[in-house]
Amino acid sequence: MTKRQRIVVVGHGMVGHRFAQAAVERGLTETHDVLVLGEEPRAAYDRVALTSWFAHADGDGGSDALSLLPGGEYDDPRVRLVLDSVVTEVDRAARTVTVVSPPSAVGSRDGRQNALLDQQGVPGAVTVHEYDVLVLATGAAPFVPPVEGRGKDGCFVYRTIEDLEAIQAASAAATSGVVIGGGLLGLEAANALVQLGLDTHVVEMAPRLMPVQLDDGAGSTLVRHIERLGVTVHTGVVTEAIEGGSSVTGLRVRQAGTDEGAPTQVVDAQVVVFSAGIRPRDALARECDLEVAPRGGVLVDEQCRTADPHVFAIGECAAPGGTMYGLVAPGYAMAEVVVDALLDGPGTFTGADMSTKLKLLGVDVASFGDAFATTDGSLELTYADAVAGVYKKLVVSEDGSRLLGGILVGDASAYGVLRPMVSSGLALPDNPEQLILPVGTGAGIQLGMPDEAQVCSCNDVTKADILHAVTDQGCESVGDVKQCTRAGSTCGSCVATVKNIIEDHFASVGRVVDKGICEHFRLTRQALFDVVAVHGYRRFDDIVAAHGTGRGCDVCKPAIASILASQTSTHILEPATAELQDTNDKYLGNIQRNGTYSVVPRIPGGEITPDKLIVIGEVAKDYGLYTKITGGQRIDLFGARMEQLPAIWRRLVDAGFESGHAYGKSLRTVKSCVGSTWCRFGVQDSVGLAIALELRYRGLRSPHKLKGGVSGCARECAEARGKDFGVIATEKGWNLYVGGNGGATPAHARLLAGDLDTATLVSYLDRFLMYYVRTADRLQRTSTWIEQLDGGLDRVREVVVDDSLGLGAELEAEMARHVGGYEDEWRATLEDPTKLERFVSFVNAPDTPDPSIAFTTERDQIQPIAPALIPVGAPA
Amino acid sequence: MSTVAVALTPVCAVSAVPLEGGVAALVSGEAVAVFRTHSGEVFALSNVDPFSGASVLSRGIVGSRGDAPVVSSPMYKQAFDLRTGACLDDETVSVPSYDVSVVDGVVHVGSVRPVGEVT
Ligand code: SRM
Ligand SMILES: Cc1cc2nc3c(=O)[nH]c(=O)nc-3n(C[C@H](O)[C@H](O)[C@H](O)COP(=O)(O)OP(=O)(O)OC[C@H]3O[C@@H](n4cnc5c(N)ncnc54)[C@H](O)[C@@H]3O)c2cc1C
Ligand code: SF4
Ligand code: FES
Repeated sequence: MTKRQRIVVVGHGMVGHRFAQAAVERGLTETHDVLVLGEEPRAAYDRVALTSWFAHADGDGGSDALSLLPGGEYDDPRVRLVLDSVVTEVDRAARTVTVVSPPSAVGSRDGRQNALLDQQGVPGAVTVHEYDVLVLATGAAPFVPPVEGRGKDGCFVYRTIEDLEAIQAASAAATSGVVIGGGLLGLEAANALVQLGLDTHVVEMAPRLMPVQLDDGAGSTLVRHIERLGVTVHTGVVTEAIEGGSSVTGLRVRQAGTDEGAPTQVVDAQVVVFSAGIRPRDALARECDLEVAPRGGVLVDEQCRTADPHVFAIGECAAPGGTMYGLVAPGYAMAEVVVDALLDGPGTFTGADMSTKLKLLGVDVASFGDAFATTDGSLELTYADAVAGVYKKLVVSEDGSRLLGGILVGDASAYGVLRPMVSSGLALPDNPEQLILPVGTGAGIQLGMPDEAQVCSCNDVTKADILHAVTDQGCESVGDVKQCTRAGSTCGSCVATVKNIIEDHFASVGRVVDKGICEHFRLTRQALFDVVAVHGYRRFDDIVAAHGTGRGCDVCKPAIASILASQTSTHILEPATAELQDTNDKYLGNIQRNGTYSVVPRIPGGEITPDKLIVIGEVAKDYGLYTKITGGQRIDLFGARMEQLPAIWRRLVDAGFESGHAYGKSLRTVKSCVGSTWCRFGVQDSVGLAIALELRYRGLRSPHKLKGGVSGCARECAEARGKDFGVIATEKGWNLYVGGNGGATPAHARLLAGDLDTATLVSYLDRFLMYYVRTADRLQRTSTWIEQLDGGLDRVREVVVDDSLGLGAELEAEMARHVGGYEDEWRATLEDPTKLERFVSFVNAPDTPDPSIAFTTERDQIQPIAPALIPVGAPA
Repeated sequence: MSTVAVALTPVCAVSAVPLEGGVAALVSGEAVAVFRTHSGEVFALSNVDPFSGASVLSRGIVGSRGDAPVVSSPMYKQAFDLRTGACLDDETVSVPSYDVSVVDGVVHVGSVRPVGEVT
């Protein structure tokens, strides 16, 4: 038997992690043990999405959300991960690495089958590990230019979660911040400072923002967008010094191109973030005499191998053919190439697509291919609309036949179609300008994309890979394809294209990919909602006559009933809508397996007086109903025959109860903990708020049911983060979380906004809920709705918190109309004889109970007997 | 007196059956669901949902599937052809359908029809 080989990976960043994953998936661990040594205190995380950490930055939620290896361990025991460990030396002759491990990390992951285990570290000590193969994946470090004063308190870089923690902490006491560097990362850092509430400046030495990706026209369009968001942009200036004593107070700058001694200007700032580029972390290689490229990076060949056949380098620390790549996709490709090489495969890395697409502070920016028209004879086509803030440029070959590259600012919707055209060399249409003209002036040409076109550049997934996943691996949705191919799982910019490919495919094989809700309507729920709003329809007949076919079904009718209810606040059993309702709504109760109904009175926030408890008990006793405390902090009475419902509700309404809407796609409960009134830890009155919210949103018809929760402190006894909207008290106010649920696919709610006063909280909630009611699909809970919104939670935040669409007031007004128009459905039903007509067992024998309903007794309460088991002639 | 066959039981005024809705009636001890479509046609099926055994079909949503007028069961949503009782989601299942007629504004339900016979 050949001896197992030992691979040591230095660095557990994005690329080191991908290497380990690929080693497991491709069977390399059958013959090799892998030891991964990581310097950071946590396992690899999604650095590309680093900025989103702020959105979850309560507790450690953000770090969890970003983690690429949430359990901290690989499933395969032959891969061992040791964190908090810095490799300080490589001895190529002895084939060993020297590691310094702080005490916290060592000894925590022992007891596993691994040939490297016998070299386990000792707390706080230096250990030496032997290797047969060494993979350097040490990434890059931010470059901090030698500016006077750069060591002062308040100076930061932007690379790790620890950096963000430090920036966040410093921002609490600061009013303004400045980012040095107006590149991609600098603008992202500026975005973070804005989110942290700082008056934010960006200084850039070049005459425009993102000088590497954008030309002047695009750069100035971007400046306009960014300034509108409150960031002050200073281009063409150099930083002379950081001002202040031990802490930063400002930044002294002068015009680029002027000499030292020329007039300067000071930008006030208590926080300075350096984002002036990155440098490969190639020190280990230098020290063991491996060659590095002139501009940094471990020099490797097409298999990512250094001159020493036992040593490889991948990711940002590597320079294949002398070039280092500051993006994750090339790093992933390198990781795959090395795994392939170790399996004796033929894979090579020969360069990468450096296209970028991102959303900066809500602005689309994309740059791809030969964006600067450096190819001989190439031509530029530009389209700019200063008012709309859109700049688009295409670079085409001399004969106009091929697309070479382009830049898009303000509207990058064409990126998904254009970028693959560059990589695949697809012929351009006759009038290529159509590709960048706004829709309506003749654009919107749908281009056939060749199968080999790369769709997801982060994970190198082609159109063919996606089609294969759909045709041969049973994938049906973007989510499935993401799991199968990883397409869309990194930066997310390709998701729309992936979705189109899936839908086009289904359409081409004749499978109806109708986004219509059912055979009667070729419209989505959202489109139906708009149609109803625009035309002011009140009757199904008018809607189906104008926009549908046939006579409707159990899908479209309840959906339209719900849309009409959320737009008009009229009683759901009015003649125009009664027959559209799903059975539960039609009888204002939940149907049970034997055809009886349940009765759920509202008990807002779970708070109930003894007197009311007694009424519930008496009603249950008098009607022989089964009672149960529900999972929603209230009481359910089961086994009511349909014709009994009015009498039961009469008793309940008279005692001050109202419908709990357990039957509707509407607000169920706002669960509450006991809160500051009683609980020794509570910091706010969670019960009071839960009741107020439950009463505010009760009866609101929505695409799916809605649940809320309010906890009085971070201990979260109300499980608010398991709800569609969850509120957790803080010392300063309330944190608002959205998009949680239990059920079939549980999801944790994520932070929408923090430390809100009650009025702001309510206005955000009004907007959030109405935005959801307006735009979600039928039966889509808030979590899936947010996931499928273009832009996800950030989009929701833009609309709800930043009011970027200017819809805030309108959404709040709609909610105010709902709140004002609310009436208890059961009370109104009891008061209207025509609505009561339906509550009879038989139209011709209203006093005869349904003979198919019968009960037995268990644990002292009734239990239904399955109808088939009831002996003929048995008494009900 | 109108010429009504003896086997027909009057159950209710046709106006008591909601348009695109249903009511349950007791006919010779059996629960029968009487439906009225948008065009005013009246149909009668057994009220018992064969999938759950519960007597509930009259509470389903009435609409169409293709050209067929249907009711979907309120329990698990299978659609039944109002004309025949055939389940459109499971061809092995059907519910009994009844002769029905409207005379002088009153719905009369007759006897169970042989399976497969269309009005
Ligand atoms: C009664 C209750 C179970 C209990 O005895 O505790 C219950 C009973 C039903 N649940 Fe539930 N759910 C009940 C709490 C829950 C909870 C727990 C909670 O709310 O904290 C959950 C998980 C949390 C969540 O929703 O995020 C829950 C997840 C579901 C789901 C799955 C939803 C999902 O998004 O996957 C359904 C199915 C649906 O709504 O489509 C469902 C549907 C149902 C229905 C309405 C099914 C139906 O249409 O007949 C059940 C009938 C209720 C009735 O007859 O009154 N029930 N259900 C609870 C009533 C709470 C209340 O007071 O209103
Ligand atoms: C804010 C931000 C946004 C970004 N956005 C994008 C984007 O939109 N698209 C894109 O493609 N890329 C983006 N990037 C770049 C992307 O994150 C990197 O390309 C990617 O992380 C590189 O992976 P890596 O594994 O080579 O390096 P890293 O992820 O940095 O991992 C290297 C790891 O090695 C560890 N290490 C270093 N030396 C040692 C040692 N001696 N011993 C032990 N461990 C060591 C480091 O601590 C680190 O954990 C972004 C980066 C940042 C910071
Ligand atoms: S969440 Fe906090 S306030 Fe509420 S009951 Fe739990 S510990 Fe008390
Ligand atoms: S292109 Fe980044 S995830 Fe697909």
